[in-house]
Amino acid sequence: MSTFPKTNLVALRRKLVDRQLSAVELVQECERRMQRLNPALNAFISWDTERALLAAQQVDLSLPLGGLPIAVKDNICCLGEPTRCASRMLESFVAPYDATAVVRLRTAGAIPFGRANMDEFAMGSAGENSAFGATHNPTDENRVPGGSSSGSAAAVAAGMIPAALGSDTGGSVRQPASHCGVVGLKPTYGRISRYGLVAFASSLDQIGTLTVCVQDAALLLQALCGHDAQDSTSARQPVPDFAAELTDGVRGMRIGLPKEYVSSGNAPEVQAALQSAVDALESQGAEICEISLPHTEAAVASYYIIACAEASSNLARYDGVRYGYRASASSDGTGDIYARSRTLGFGEEVKRRIILGTYVLSGGYYDAYYARAQKVRALVARDFARAFADGVQLILGPVAPTPAPKLHAQDMTPLQIYLADIYTVPANLAGLPAISVPTPQSGLPVGVQLLAPHFEETSLLRGAAALERAWT
Amino acid sequence: MDEPRIDVAYIAELAKLELSDEEKARYTRDLEQVLAYVTQLKTWDTKDIEPMCHPLEAYDALRADTPGESLSNEAALSNAPERLDGQFRVPKVVESAH
Repeated sequence: MSTFPKTNLVALRRKLVDRQLSAVELVQECERRMQRLNPALNAFISWDTERALLAAQQVDLSLPLGGLPIAVKDNICCLGEPTRCASRMLESFVAPYDATAVVRLRTAGAIPFGRANMDEFAMGSAGENSAFGATHNPTDENRVPGGSSSGSAAAVAAGMIPAALGSDTGGSVRQPASHCGVVGLKPTYGRISRYGLVAFASSLDQIGTLTVCVQDAALLLQALCGHDAQDSTSARQPVPDFAAELTDGVRGMRIGLPKEYVSSGNAPEVQAALQSAVDALESQGAEICEISLPHTEAAVASYYIIACAEASSNLARYDGVRYGYRASASSDGTGDIYARSRTLGFGEEVKRRIILGTYVLSGGYYDAYYARAQKVRALVARDFARAFADGVQLILGPVAPTPAPKLHAQDMTPLQIYLADIYTVPANLAGLPAISVPTPQSGLPVGVQLLAPHFEETSLLRGAAALERAWT
Repeated sequence: MDEPRIDVAYIAELAKLELSDEEKARYTRDLEQVLAYVTQLKTWDTKDIEPMCHPLEAYDALRADTPGESLSNEAALSNAPERLDGQFRVPKVVESAH
């Protein structure tokens, strides 16, 4: 389909500062593009142009993100705007406060604009589990954009908005970025406050960015990071200048390529993308060394036990009492209200994961499943710690085993869908920062992934920028 | 853990979800398949491994107990399905005495 050319934040910012473009005109242009493309792509559930224009009129261009419109995934609270998590459960929910990430966007001068579509409660990897309809891939409308940050990735890829926030519990920023051909950054767990991010799996969830280029990812990250007293898991690490090493290149860097990631199960396009990344990094002077992450195969099993267990607990709050969907009572008793509201408010995949999570936490199964999964999680994390201790600075791998699948591929069982998360869930289990960088091949977009040690986003972005330079 | 059996009706009751017969059959099939897959967790050697419940090492995350700004009563009730006199209104939960 015909989409709009993508423009990066850095270039737009220059235009705004040079008065070649006003913040109001920029919001109007984004709205024009949303009007034009959203009927086909369904990347946005809603947007509030009036609110965005009001912010644009009062913009302070001296701020680092002054006047830049940023789309926000529908599970991140924006004061006074619907925050539905693409669920019928929260169809009428209007956020009574801003998420810390949104506060930081506003403080940096950015204009939150548009509620990006997603898989319901961030549970899915195709963007099809939305109560507001599937999002389509801008490169090929008959394909999925990936998920769960489906709308964020599709909107940036289609040029509807220059950048977007997403959330990544098991790959939900990186995988749609790969499928849509944009840059998807999941920072270290705790880098960005989760306050105001609707909880899915609290020990795995992290807000991330979807941008046109690596430099934009650094720019956004800079505004979003820092300790937040409202989130007890938010990191107390100093926030470095993330763009400091963007042009330093990878000469002399040791980058690990896990042998478990070069799998015969990968599609030819994915193997080609990986080889292209190896060539690009080597040609710039990096040393690619084969490493082993022996517990890779255990990651998906560990992840789904932990993620679903945490989800079943987190989603217990939706009971139709304080907020969210309330079924009309046909008889007395709140028990009835709880079950009826949850039954009618949650979609199929959300229920599936709540049931799995409830099961593994239920009497007699806790040790066999949940405790065991947590031990295996430690093994997965230890693989990475060893690889980094042995001297690799970054790890290279695929993002997903295939390019974007076709829409409505109903021949896949839930297990088969979960297994495709094999390359993205390890970073969440270990809490590592990771980024998806699009390869320049024609046809369907395919990204490659870089991972770094905790809080080493600066070197992660340096490696990603080197790939990008080699490919443009 | 060897033969994953899942009593979906019972689990759904714990989770406060009502399932149709068709859903029960579907979720039973899906979840037994997933559970059969995750039995592989026991093939990994986890002897002497501590369960990892958080990706970063735990640290003292307590802050000073000083009162801050809270949501106003109005904001907290703004999404209530039903409200009355500044409170959440719920259906009667206590049975009448006879």
